[in-house]
Amino acid sequence: MLSGGDMLVRALHDQGVEHIFGYPGGAALHIYDSIFRQKEIQHVLVRHEQSAAHAADAYTRATGKVGTVLVTSGPGATNTITGIATAYMDSIAMVVLSAQVTSEKIGEDAFQETDMVGVSRPIVKHSFVITDPAEIPEIIRKAYYIAGTGRPGPVVIDIPKDKTDPSTQFPYEFPESVKIRSYNPAVRGHSGQVKKAVQLLLEAKRPVIYAGGGVVQGNASELLTTLARKLNYPVTNTLMGLGAYPGTDKQFLGMLGMHGTFEANTAMHHSDLILAVGARFDDRVTNTPSKFCPHAKVIHVDVDPASISKTVRADVPIVGAVDSVLGEMIGLLGSSKTKVDSDAIDAWWAQIEGWRERHGLYHSNRFDTSGDKLKPQEVVQMLHKVTKGNAYVCSDVGQHQMFAAQYYLFDKPRRWINSGGLGTMGFGLPAAMGVQLAFRDDCVVCITGEGSIQMCIQELSTLTQYHLPVKIICLNNQALGMVRQWQDMQYSSRYSESLYEESLPDFVKLMEAYGHVGMKVTKREELEQKMEECFAMKDRVVFMDIAVDPGEHVYPMLIAPNGSMRDMLLSKTERT
Amino acid sequence: MRRIISILMENAPGALSRVVGLFSQRGYNIETLTVAPTEDPTLSRLTLTTIGDDHKLEQITKHLNKLIDVVKLVDLSDGTHIERELMLVKVKATGAARAEIKRCADIFRGQVVDVTPNVYVVQLIGTSEKLDAFVQSLGEASIIEVVRSGVSGIARGEKILTI
Repeated sequence: MLSGGDMLVRALHDQGVEHIFGYPGGAALHIYDSIFRQKEIQHVLVRHEQSAAHAADAYTRATGKVGTVLVTSGPGATNTITGIATAYMDSIAMVVLSAQVTSEKIGEDAFQETDMVGVSRPIVKHSFVITDPAEIPEIIRKAYYIAGTGRPGPVVIDIPKDKTDPSTQFPYEFPESVKIRSYNPAVRGHSGQVKKAVQLLLEAKRPVIYAGGGVVQGNASELLTTLARKLNYPVTNTLMGLGAYPGTDKQFLGMLGMHGTFEANTAMHHSDLILAVGARFDDRVTNTPSKFCPHAKVIHVDVDPASISKTVRADVPIVGAVDSVLGEMIGLLGSSKTKVDSDAIDAWWAQIEGWRERHGLYHSNRFDTSGDKLKPQEVVQMLHKVTKGNAYVCSDVGQHQMFAAQYYLFDKPRRWINSGGLGTMGFGLPAAMGVQLAFRDDCVVCITGEGSIQMCIQELSTLTQYHLPVKIICLNNQALGMVRQWQDMQYSSRYSESLYEESLPDFVKLMEAYGHVGMKVTKREELEQKMEECFAMKDRVVFMDIAVDPGEHVYPMLIAPNGSMRDMLLSKTERT
Repeated sequence: MRRIISILMENAPGALSRVVGLFSQRGYNIETLTVAPTEDPTLSRLTLTTIGDDHKLEQITKHLNKLIDVVKLVDLSDGTHIERELMLVKVKATGAARAEIKRCADIFRGQVVDVTPNVYVVQLIGTSEKLDAFVQSLGEASIIEVVRSGVSGIARGEKILTI
């Protein structure tokens, strides 16, 4: 016999939860007492509940296991909202346990009462309210099942305080299996559709494989790579899909979309067939939907039927788990009578190589290093060199995020951790915290700017408490870089509220106050040595405050509104 | 185009708010909405009418199907179906109008279900168009209050919506 609180913690353990990110408070205290009396699950006390959600979200992204958050009612719960929305937009599995005031007080505007289920409803995959403590094990089992299967997403469980009361006890049994009559996520794709897709793939003359975050979260990177290599077709990844195909491979065109490479966007525009896998034709990818890839037939593979034909009509829709569908496609390639038109593909590659040589992100120098000021791009390239391309890179949001996406070539999935859909500033540091907790011996980097880092900077204290030696690379341009870029481009450089002037803290001293190491870099000559020093301090948190050129813009940039994917600004003075 | 979507969903707290929330969240319209438990007390049957083109309808049904609480749904307007709405109308009924209203209700096969010296309550069941026509024929001047249930529907013949 166990109390509700004990059942909850026991069920989390039986579910395989090893880490919880959370913050206690009145309504959660029975649960916290149950946590105190056990050893199996490690709880990480964050400094703000938003960080708990980001850390758990990044934990999921990096490990593939479902991250867990535990917070109290009212402000504890509402502070997680930005984190839940971030996970929801990027389809990341996560379970948020929010304590609630006692059942009899619900609806009375009690102290620290918020209708958490109501507040979070539009940004969760599903939510539960505990009405009977005896249901706790079953609801935990269901919550993790729903969060982690199909198109993943966050699940909230609201737990009134009286349901965890230690004075009443219930028999405990963790369900072996779970069945929800109204929830049957797609597994295999329709085999007729897969056959049709393979036929189209083999007949293509100018194909592009467009892979998104679904390939990373669906553990299908190897299969995607096998398929692409067998066909010798070019591959582009979305911001969420980076690492789904090896970034240093010659078949990789780079990221596509608003700040995608010239070659990826141009190849998409001229393609005659697009194989979209685990991607959702986001508005940051397609530019004007009516002008999107005018010559292309579209095969769209996704586990979520609602993603298919939402903005761009699919000629061959395939609803299914991406690993299963890609596996089936690879099997069919061998047995098909149609063979790849290698002449056409060679000609296609020649055309792509031409684009690469003209404006390619990797072949020619797309940024000017003749001046004294360090360019953010070269800092990212140095980061790639010093970490040998092996780091977990957790990004904040803004110019540094785009530079990292463009220049840190991810060869493995789950190494690039960023808020793609919601674009949440402040995500980077708590995300790095979550990843480092999961991979204590690996190199975990937070790439950030002096704007984003200040949004969740309080977690520097959490890093101290749990000995999480995250390396923070701050591209300091003294301004909200992406806002400033748009103000340069569209508002005649009127920098409305985007400059910090002289108000930034001395980050070196700040780090020292938390017991960490701070470094300042202003010169190109010292960058490599200092960065080597930074990464040599394996057991310390190190913050590199790197002064970069404030005038730098992110290019290429798709021209909107009314542009197609081939319409790009290539620099401050060139366009396609 | 007007569509009637019929939904079988879990008879659970929060289920209705998820369905309704989906419509406001994604900018879809709900014209009418009715919901009640079915013969199986764990399930509710919800019927709603909405307006949208094929693309919008496809998105609506896909997103509804994604809700964990939605067990099954059907777009009744895809096939032949019966739709009914119930209306209660309170009308001024004095003098010569009393007989006139009674006659009008008879023509529409409505029933007078409450009577006072000054007021009738008329109950009418039919398609939304029939109800509209009745309201029109009574004339604005005599109507005191109108209550409509929203549309309920069921497919004709062998076709059923069940789990």
